[in-house]
Amino acid sequence: MTADQLSGLSDTLFSTSVGLYSLAVVAFCAQLAFGRRPAPERALVGAGAPADGPAAVETPALDDPPAVRRWGQVAMLLTVLGALTHTGVLVTRGLALDRLPWGNMYEFATAVVLVAVVAFVVLAVRSPGLRHLGLFVLAPVVVSLVAIGLFLYVEGAPLVAALRSSWLAVHVTTAILGFGVFFVSGIASVLYLVRSRFEARGGDPSSSRLVARIPSAATLDRVAHRTAVFGFPIWTFAVIAGAIWAESAWGRFWGWDPKETWAFIAWVVYAAYLHARTTAGWRGRPAAWVNVVGLGVMVFNLLYVNMVSSGLHSYGGVN
Amino acid sequence: MTTTAPPRPAAAPPPPSARPSALRRTGGFLLRQWRRLTAMRTAIILLFLLALAAIPGSLLPQRSLSQSNVSRYFADHPTLAPLLDRLYLFDVFSSPWFAAVYLLLFVSLIGCVLPRALEHARALRTAPPPAPRRLTRLPDSAALATPLPSADALDTVEEELRVRRYRVVRRERNGTAELSAEKGALKETGNLVFHLALVGLLLALAGGKLWGYEGSILVTEGQRFCNSFQQYDTYSSGALVEGSDLTPICVGLDDFRAEYEEDLTASSFTADITYGAPGAEGRPTTIGVNDPLRVDGDRVYVTGHGFSPTFTVTRPDGTSFDDVSAPFLPTDQGTMASEGALKLPDLGAGTDDQLALQGFFAPTGLTQAGILTSIDPRPLAPQVAIVAYEGYLGLDSGLPQSVYSLDASQIERGRLSEVARGNLSVGESLALPDGTTVTFTGYKEFAALQFSHDPGQVWVLAAAIAVLAGLLGMLLLRRERVFARAAGRPGDGGTVLEVGALTRGSGDSGPRFTALTDDLRTALAARAAPRAPSGAAPPTGGTPE
Ligand code: HEM
Repeated sequence: MTADQLSGLSDTLFSTSVGLYSLAVVAFCAQLAFGRRPAPERALVGAGAPADGPAAVETPALDDPPAVRRWGQVAMLLTVLGALTHTGVLVTRGLALDRLPWGNMYEFATAVVLVAVVAFVVLAVRSPGLRHLGLFVLAPVVVSLVAIGLFLYVEGAPLVAALRSSWLAVHVTTAILGFGVFFVSGIASVLYLVRSRFEARGGDPSSSRLVARIPSAATLDRVAHRTAVFGFPIWTFAVIAGAIWAESAWGRFWGWDPKETWAFIAWVVYAAYLHARTTAGWRGRPAAWVNVVGLGVMVFNLLYVNMVSSGLHSYGGVN
Repeated sequence: MTTTAPPRPAAAPPPPSARPSALRRTGGFLLRQWRRLTAMRTAIILLFLLALAAIPGSLLPQRSLSQSNVSRYFADHPTLAPLLDRLYLFDVFSSPWFAAVYLLLFVSLIGCVLPRALEHARALRTAPPPAPRRLTRLPDSAALATPLPSADALDTVEEELRVRRYRVVRRERNGTAELSAEKGALKETGNLVFHLALVGLLLALAGGKLWGYEGSILVTEGQRFCNSFQQYDTYSSGALVEGSDLTPICVGLDDFRAEYEEDLTASSFTADITYGAPGAEGRPTTIGVNDPLRVDGDRVYVTGHGFSPTFTVTRPDGTSFDDVSAPFLPTDQGTMASEGALKLPDLGAGTDDQLALQGFFAPTGLTQAGILTSIDPRPLAPQVAIVAYEGYLGLDSGLPQSVYSLDASQIERGRLSEVARGNLSVGESLALPDGTTVTFTGYKEFAALQFSHDPGQVWVLAAAIAVLAGLLGMLLLRRERVFARAAGRPGDGGTVLEVGALTRGSGDSGPRFTALTDDLRTALAARAAPRAPSGAAPPTGGTPE
């Protein structure tokens, strides 16, 4: 295949992925809509349960009626298929350009969303109860991808001289991984905030409202914390690798360039989140808010800093 | 000395009996403040403050990044900018209030972490703590029954735990044998390494700031510079750097190359340079983007490039100045369209006999309706659009002026006036009214080079690696404590083993505890088997609830 055909294929796969994820959203909706959660033990696990309590907090989705389980399986299948074509988007673009496919904002953001989807799939395979989060992960994924396709899309182009370094692979890959994992963590905290209010008001877990169908607040809190704990060292490493690269590309390892500043701010906010998780008075909802702020900072760093402010990091390729 | 100062009744010494209580009161107050400062809650607040404090540094232009952006902001916001400036908002990262936030954070950190480090050092040398009275209260617990006597049963547990690298200690309390085991002290070590490495990182950064310096200079092909503050176009240096401390080294630029992809994306910039001690035979090497020269803790970078158009100026009397040039700064990196000025103060006899060329250089020029633009960053068809001025340049007026442009005030005052203008390709000339001709003879390339010295840099890297290592230890390791108590089973000489576990760290402890108790059961059964080959009840167990 020629480079042009590969580029075209990449764009087609992008649309395909959006389509598959959208179908997955529909299937996840159906799973939630038809679900009648009988499991009464869930009701016992209130917000006050220890965050790292016994594993039985979230019983697998096996107690769902068969129709619900089938919808859940269809949704997961669509998600996995979407993740495969989504991977194809980046692979074909990389082949067409003969370089790593994260040289501009379109490619970077597309890769971040892929990491978020994969992180969700891994979580959902390991604890099937978390499949009920599918709608809340996949809907933002679809929205993000559509926005990326509309506003960030650029034709593939060769990399400028400063980006031609093996540190591109190290720094940007880890930044993408960290961001994708924080994305899932942030969603879990948002849902935790919703669900914990529901539980605090003594919400009926067998009610037909959507919030009754998502995992318990304790589970969501644990998912948010564990993913953040996974993402934080990755992000730390990404920042350090960026500093090492900046030392050879720009002549100093740290210069408070806007991108660097916001990477630092995000790092500090996530450190605050990890502290808050273990500090009396901050556990629970305040800590979850910190995590949500962290995700906000990450998104701001991607969008605002690339598109509005100017600095050494202005490789976005979006004008 | 004043003798009229009124007596100070208010400040009279307090009665002696009140002194210790005041002292104690301030002492108590200070202690309370110190406790408050070193509390985790304060750390969270300070972390937030640090994040907030960094925000203006990214939204407002900063002097450390671009002096010209700050000047533009001053021009655009003449009333607001001086106010912001008084709050150090154009120097956020070197401002006293930013320093106050991070210094408080680090004082809090040290106050919090040092006692913990001492505590941890002590804990590493002491045995695991005694078992809690009621093991069933622990997050994970189980009861195992075995026909073994209690000492043997605990032996088995100890063996199993030692294989799993626990530190084990056996105790006897109120006639009951019990066992405490612990592993994963490295988790706490990781926490301490992480937090202390952050302090190290800050110290290394500060050291680099105090003893480091950086200078930038434009060097045209064929020229060289030596490492001294007089030579640099711009430089910055730490408070403890003296001019005489600078490494004696000179760098010459032999050749500069910029390479481009088909779509004119710049793919590489390389400079062939020669470097060495002043006066010594230099050593040749090639540097480029992502590939600086590193010698003895100093680094030389290529940070940009551009063109210096060359001109030959011939006076009516036949004297000529051959191939004089000045660097023109690129205003558009995509096409390398550049602007600059060439000043010739020594052309004629008088001070009003000076000549200057100000203009625009296009490496590949295209002239439409008399306007020259550049359409390609490569020097395929160089052209210049120049305006010639004659008069007094004001170079010796004592006021500094930019080498890249003429002093506009001299033009306004009429001391420097335009005499001719024109667009030239290589080889073409512009005739001035006084008979002088200016010929555009070609161009040289220059490179923007940066010389950097930062003795803190390797320490920053070392501290950053320690931060990461500590972080991984703290987040990924688990500290687990296992306790067991053996109670004799009345009647048959067998034992009921109570086992409990307490885990700190990520992950579900439940499944691991189940695996441990399963293994214990198997081991107990294996050990009991030869003693009671027949009829022994299979060991029973399960959670007591
Ligand atoms: C530069 C500022 C700081 C940063 C970036 C930072 C970062 C972190 C991180 C990422 C963790 C891991 C949390 C976890 O285990 O999930 C942590 C733990 C901890 N930090 Fe800090 N920290 C800072 C300052 C402080 C200060 C000032 C204190 C004391 C007041 C402190 C006390 C602790 C303690 C006690 C833990 C362990 C929590 C636990 O055992 O679970 N830290 N810190």
